[in-house]
Amino acid sequence: MCISFPGRITAFKEDDEIAVIEIGGTEREVSLTLLDDEVDLGDYLLCHAGFAIHRIDQQEAEQSIALFNELIRAEKTGENEIY
Amino acid sequence: MKYIDEYRDPELVRELVRAIAKRAAGLDQPVTIMEVCGSHTTAIGRFGLRGILPANIRLVSGPGCPVCVTSATDIDRALWLAGREEVIFTSYGDLLRVPGADSGSLEKLRAAGARIEIVSSALEAVARARREADRKVVFFGIGFETTSPTAAAALLEAERLKLKNFSVYSCHKLMPPVMRSLLQSDELRIDGFLCPGHVSTIIGAEAYRFITASGRAAVIAGFEPADILGAILLILEELKEGISGVRIAYRRAVKATGNRRAQAVLNEVFTPADADWRGLGRIRKSGLKLRSRFAAFNAEKQFAIPALTSRPDPACRCGEVLRGLIRPDACALFGRACTPSTPHGPCMVSTEGSCAAFFRYPEI
Ligand code: SF4
Repeated sequence: MCISFPGRITAFKEDDEIAVIEIGGTEREVSLTLLDDEVDLGDYLLCHAGFAIHRIDQQEAEQSIALFNELIRAEKTGENEIY
Repeated sequence: MKYIDEYRDPELVRELVRAIAKRAAGLDQPVTIMEVCGSHTTAIGRFGLRGILPANIRLVSGPGCPVCVTSATDIDRALWLAGREEVIFTSYGDLLRVPGADSGSLEKLRAAGARIEIVSSALEAVARARREADRKVVFFGIGFETTSPTAAAALLEAERLKLKNFSVYSCHKLMPPVMRSLLQSDELRIDGFLCPGHVSTIIGAEAYRFITASGRAAVIAGFEPADILGAILLILEELKEGISGVRIAYRRAVKATGNRRAQAVLNEVFTPADADWRGLGRIRKSGLKLRSRFAAFNAEKQFAIPALTSRPDPACRCGEVLRGLIRPDACALFGRACTPSTPHGPCMVSTEGSCAAFFRYPEI
């Protein structure tokens, strides 16, 4: 029940209090009242129990993969001083 | 799907497993990592991650399934509320089959005629109350910091609408206090925590400071295979190189400060209170109660709920499972008397429960 999904905003409703989001081909409505970021059409939101709780940042998303690759590389070369 | 597929990339996953194996080979002592989030437990089972980790990296599940940690007393009090003639009882679907006293359950009560409805958001319960002004709509509020702000927002909406027939039975719980109590117990030595991804979306990274201050690793992890494996590799890195602080391996969903707006909504409506946990007993300030401003929406104030003291089925070992002390298959009932279709305890009911995850995704 804690499951949250990333969905893409396709429309806004009710004075921008509600966003229509697309998740894997289906559309749902989520409340934006808990969100503390500005959002635009096409943005991705993390949604949980009828609410958007976070705007997903593309750059931040890439950072985790970069971090994992760095850890892998460090392990491969046996060189651990990566920070 | 975007933001999912990249983290299932087989090549990345293989490389991470290889790097973990290499790092594990150099360990003098086995490492115990606890995942406290039920969604992590499910993901670890579903992707078979335990089986691909080296034997000296031990993953144990903790008390992070909200259905599982709801105490037997709270289940029975909910059953009492749901049985009232004037009540429409609304609940997340996961709770319906949790066995209570005399092997009753919300599902059985519903079959006997009680009005019990499954909702997937607290807002649906508010909408129900608007439509049925002559019935009292009660919402069974469970969940951690991911979910409780949604209940808080629904309560603010009910207040704005001046609803007279809506209330919440709040059994919401807080993650940091239970993690602290696990660290203080002598039963299990935990070297690091996979911190819950979506709880952290709300509360941020700072809330786990006490873990790193105690010399254990704390890494906030997402829910895809590369997310979890990457976080495990980072925990091993931290344990070897020295703990540098709470690390976020799930940046696309977690900011260091969390979601300030959700925190403010949560604090406006709820206040921390002592709470009873299945298997862990009473933990100080580990639950959320409605503030007095919301007394009209507090089911505990609106109904004379009897003060029950229920005991869970003594044969069910959920309590030990939730503390990471035994694996579900150590329970004599596991897979025999107790299966997802005949659950004896909440850990087999919820899809996020450890027993259900072990049953569905047996270890090879
Ligand atoms: S297998 Fe069933 S009875 Fe045993 S601990 Fe799990 S839920 Fe309880």
